[in-house]
Amino acid sequence: MQPEYVPRVQPLSISHTSIVNCLGETSRAVWPALAGNQSGLRRCDFDDIALDTFIGRVPGLERVRLRDDLAAYDCRNNRLAQHALEQDQFATHVAAACDRYGAGRVGVFVGTSTSGIYETELAYRRRDGTTGALPPDFHYAKAHATYSLADFVRRYLGLRGPSMAVSAACSSTAKVFGGAARMMAAGVCDAAVVGGVDTLCLTTLYGFHSLQLTSAAPCRPYDEARDGISIGEGAGFALLERGGESGNENACWLLGAGESSDAHHMSTPHPQGLGARLAMARALASAALKPRDIDYINLHGTGTRTNDAGEDTAVVELFGCDTPCNSTKGATGHLLGAAGVTEAIIAMLALRHGRLPGSPHTRTLDPELKCNYQLHSAPSHMRRVMTNSFGFGGSNCSLVLGSAPA
Amino acid sequence: MRVFVEGIGILGPGLAGWEASRAVLTGNEPFRSAPIMIPSCDRLPATERRRVGVPVKLALAAGSAAFAHAARDAAVTATVFASSGGDGDNVHHLCETLASAWREVSPTRFHNSVHNAAAGYWSIAAASREPSTSLSCHDSSVAAGLLEAVVQVCANGSAAGLIVYDHPYPDPLHATRPMTADFAAALVLTAAPTARTLAGLDVRYIAQTGNLSRMQDSGLEALRAGVPAARCLPLLGVLAGARDATLTLDYGEDAHLMITVFPAAAGASAGE
Repeated sequence: MQPEYVPRVQPLSISHTSIVNCLGETSRAVWPALAGNQSGLRRCDFDDIALDTFIGRVPGLERVRLRDDLAAYDCRNNRLAQHALEQDQFATHVAAACDRYGAGRVGVFVGTSTSGIYETELAYRRRDGTTGALPPDFHYAKAHATYSLADFVRRYLGLRGPSMAVSAACSSTAKVFGGAARMMAAGVCDAAVVGGVDTLCLTTLYGFHSLQLTSAAPCRPYDEARDGISIGEGAGFALLERGGESGNENACWLLGAGESSDAHHMSTPHPQGLGARLAMARALASAALKPRDIDYINLHGTGTRTNDAGEDTAVVELFGCDTPCNSTKGATGHLLGAAGVTEAIIAMLALRHGRLPGSPHTRTLDPELKCNYQLHSAPSHMRRVMTNSFGFGGSNCSLVLGSAPA
Repeated sequence: MRVFVEGIGILGPGLAGWEASRAVLTGNEPFRSAPIMIPSCDRLPATERRRVGVPVKLALAAGSAAFAHAARDAAVTATVFASSGGDGDNVHHLCETLASAWREVSPTRFHNSVHNAAAGYWSIAAASREPSTSLSCHDSSVAAGLLEAVVQVCANGSAAGLIVYDHPYPDPLHATRPMTADFAAALVLTAAPTARTLAGLDVRYIAQTGNLSRMQDSGLEALRAGVPAARCLPLLGVLAGARDATLTLDYGEDAHLMITVFPAAAGASAGE
């Protein structure tokens, strides 16, 4: 592969985060589950869906009520967004950043793949019998549209910086870290709320089933018997700033971001992981790091035959067979558009706790796969970690995170 | 932030390509709406070409035209795709199927449902492994896309293609989100002036309401207001006239982009 010029990413402090998925509603709940090799997957009990598959469902979303002034944004995705913004005092920390920089200097770069489409799926069950019209209480812009999530988050937090919804399938919420870093480097904003949300819906459950990509068992990344994904839902948010707050021992640093396209197929990754390798190499270059500087890789590791094989090839070609790595999707399920930020936060928790997360449900590693896959959670001294997110359309993004800015 | 425009593509009702549209966009010829003929993307393999919907065809056609205009290799250039709602035909078919008793969705419809479908097909057609960002900002998707593309060019010091596109939804979604026409446009932006530079742009995000730029011609103004992707028409109008001007593009209800367009020659000297 040709060496290429990749601009340096100026390290950004990730001062506060919030994470909600089937393992728990705060990092204090999510981390012990990961460190204890636990899984939050359950047999599919969402809506009336009778598919033979497992899901990672966040309980209680049915009871979440959106803030009164934002009630028109009501949909499962925005409920989970609000729920996550309220955890770990995330909204309070953003408000403090708003005071420091001014509301117009804090951007909102969030990702989602399906946004509020579940609301539209439900509305299509209630079409007018004569005219075919959707019910009058259906709000397209606020409850269905791709931008709905970003609009909701920006209003909920009272921010006035630039905002957008990045929607590049399962790479969406990794890409927003790179995008926010560029915006801050260009001086468009001084801080950014990044992250995103994806929630269970019929489109993804039946869609992945139609592609024969869902497993009838809980997903088993890198296992020789792996046969597909388990779909989950989740939210994650992070506050990016240029300098760290003094005394914030939980802060972590975004050191690099690398993006690429596969130029191969809409739903099948490149068999030799060419795009994946390019994203990882660019992430390293943007952080001015070498492969040996990475102490752990949180793999995309979906549990499909093709993803894991292509990703393994790419990892081994770039890193060799020693760098410890694994996938946490057996614990959380594949959170699709929310996978990037979720796994970035998991990687940060691993850094902070000096411990690799576990990989529940993976039992017997595929002998064809050569990377140094870790089945169980174990203590590990780490300074810099990588996380991979690859999606439909051949969209790839890798991030490098560190416990210090250099 | 300063960037340079090297290539332009446009496809809309009565706007059949950049050269054919320039006199209309400058007001020298009347705007007459006419059905769009979308050229098929001959760089996509036939199997893929059969699978793409109208919004993807629109995006690929405008993008290819802009890269041809710039004489720039799409295989080595990053891209930004901005669309308010992506492929509404596809969303409608999926939701209709999922509301029926059998719920058997087509795998092709499913993989085409991602907002980055256009970027995915573009990557295959252009054989490009360069980064691509697909985004939405509802009615301000052009503003968000332009900001993202300009920031990429400035932060990376390399060229980027911006492709904006929208396609009206079918009913019943159309009633909840009316759009009046198909529209796509594309700009190839560079960090420094080149021999093919058409104009320079200075772009700023301003966190307060602006005095929105509109089109003088009532038909073009209706198109601008009726399709989110067509919010770029005032910018294309200034570029078509090769004049300098300062434009305001709404970015949500409480912010705007201020875009100063200056002629290529001034840009070249400013860049030295």
